[in-house]
Amino acid sequence: MNIWRTIRVSLRALSRNKMRSFLTALGIIIGVGAVIATISIGQGAKREVEKRFESMGTNLLFVRPGSHSYRGRHGGGGTYQNLTPDDAKAIAEKADAVKYISPSVSARAQVIYGNKNWNTSIYGVGDKYPEIRNWEVDEGIFFDEYMVRAGQKVCVLGSEVNENLFEGADPIGQLIRLKKLPFRVIGILQSRGESGGWFNRDDMITIPYTTAQKRLIGRIDRIQSIDISAVSAAKTVEATKQIEEILRIRHKIAPGAEDDFYVGNMSEIAKGAAESREIMTILLGAIASVSLLVGGIGIMNIMLVSVTERIREIGIRMSVGAREKDILLQFLAEAIVLSILGGFLGICLGIVGSKLISRFTELQTLVSMGSVALAFLFAGSIGVFFGFYPARKASKLDPIEALRYE
Amino acid sequence: MENNHLIQLENVKKIYKVGETQVNALRDLSYNINEGDFLAIMGPSGSGKSTLMNIVGCLDKPTEGKYFLEGEEVSTFDKNKLARIRNKKIGFVFQTFNLLARTTAIENTELPLLYSSMSKKEMRELASKSLSIVGLEGREFHRTNQLSGGEQQRVAIARALVNNPSLILADEPTGNLDTKTGKEIMDIFKKLNQEKNITIILVTHEAELAQIARRRMHLRDGQIIKEEENA
Repeated sequence: MNIWRTIRVSLRALSRNKMRSFLTALGIIIGVGAVIATISIGQGAKREVEKRFESMGTNLLFVRPGSHSYRGRHGGGGTYQNLTPDDAKAIAEKADAVKYISPSVSARAQVIYGNKNWNTSIYGVGDKYPEIRNWEVDEGIFFDEYMVRAGQKVCVLGSEVNENLFEGADPIGQLIRLKKLPFRVIGILQSRGESGGWFNRDDMITIPYTTAQKRLIGRIDRIQSIDISAVSAAKTVEATKQIEEILRIRHKIAPGAEDDFYVGNMSEIAKGAAESREIMTILLGAIASVSLLVGGIGIMNIMLVSVTERIREIGIRMSVGAREKDILLQFLAEAIVLSILGGFLGICLGIVGSKLISRFTELQTLVSMGSVALAFLFAGSIGVFFGFYPARKASKLDPIEALRYE
Repeated sequence: MENNHLIQLENVKKIYKVGETQVNALRDLSYNINEGDFLAIMGPSGSGKSTLMNIVGCLDKPTEGKYFLEGEEVSTFDKNKLARIRNKKIGFVFQTFNLLARTTAIENTELPLLYSSMSKKEMRELASKSLSIVGLEGREFHRTNQLSGGEQQRVAIARALVNNPSLILADEPTGNLDTKTGKEIMDIFKKLNQEKNITIILVTHEAELAQIARRRMHLRDGQIIKEEENA
């Protein structure tokens, strides 16, 4: 029998028992649907991360201290405190692929306003921070060059800090206390709308880095990192090279020796974050595929019942000349057709399911062609795997006994 | 070895092992059947009728001895080759009809052709021709459960006929039918034998039915005890 005839015969056999066929396929339908839906959640989260990093600016670079090594022993990244405000200045002046720079120091601190307090991250940054980070001020203003140079005690709040301290009252011009020092609120940053999650950029306060050096860190000759924007996304590589050159000269690093700093860009970080989402996706998918496995066992179960029920039919087919191979293929085809039909319906269910998830929850979903193809393939191989044993059992029947079977 | 015999059985033995004990279903049976013969195999249950029929029908192989069908020693064939022989050269008709449930008459008739390489159109043509030979013209698309017992057995005969076999094996074909219908079925076999020269082997325990056959073989305890031939 050729393939098409085998498939036709198996379709006819399945349609003789529609209800049972459907219930058998249901295991696969739900399994595939669950796999597609869960993977779509993971993929959605991954895309969300990528978008988030894109919104930070694709031309964003940063410089961090490298790892400290002493006689061949490396410390962790950032163990060096070797970046200075002058390094930042030199980059701004000499690297023509660089547009803006913002020296940066950070700390965590308790902030107090009236009888309320809040623990949050304090970022000491430069006046170009909003431009570099692609981030606008919602109310008030950001501190300018003069305020930075003067080391004024002014601050711009992240939206969540604003909500927690002021609860809707107008914060502009108010004084909040930071490490026992009064800071005047001059602006509110636009909300990034990332409530909760792995890092929340609305839960922070920015102050001039000069102020932070003096009041929070206590070292005016050091900065922790430098945020830099290249003139364009295409110039990030060139900018990176220029920054490296400038810093190597400034840090007096001999040719061939290792850098004592690190220049990174956002797309690298984005990749890393996306990878961690990928792992989550795989994990979720693996859990969901357990249900696919259960569906496969369901198929095997029903195929075994079906073989027992149709022993007579198998005997008849053998008596008119069906070979072992013909019987094997017929039952295998039934299992595969069942699981592939189930897979197809499961994909539809998964797509509808993920649409519903993104509509009724805050989770973003994304159904990728890859996950559809994977689920389909998986369903097909489950048909082969779990259909094989019953089909083989059918093909090994003795025609005489099968014909006599009541 | 002469080649005008359709079937040659030479010292055929069949031994079944049931636990520790051996059952000799056929003891050293030799027999020849010519092309165009009409043979009735008779005997009480346990006489070895069914065993003989399974071997002749290539569903089973003898434990010892040789079986030639159209000069080929089929007793040496493997399962696949036997299936091939059943498909091309042998048609079965059973007491219980053995049709596929919830399937039309023509689909049942086509069944053997499904396992040969043939186009759908050829299959349909052959099957409807076969159905018209047994007098079921116009009932092709009736499902088997909509047919009477006699009609069902006719479908079974049509199925046995469809691949133009050299041999039809009928195992108690009238056992589940009333006398009148049974007679009609026997007439069909007679017609096929006389008009189409198809060799027919009929297994029955009814002496009256066996009279239609040209030759009769009586079996008991796996041995031929009597042979008869019409004048």
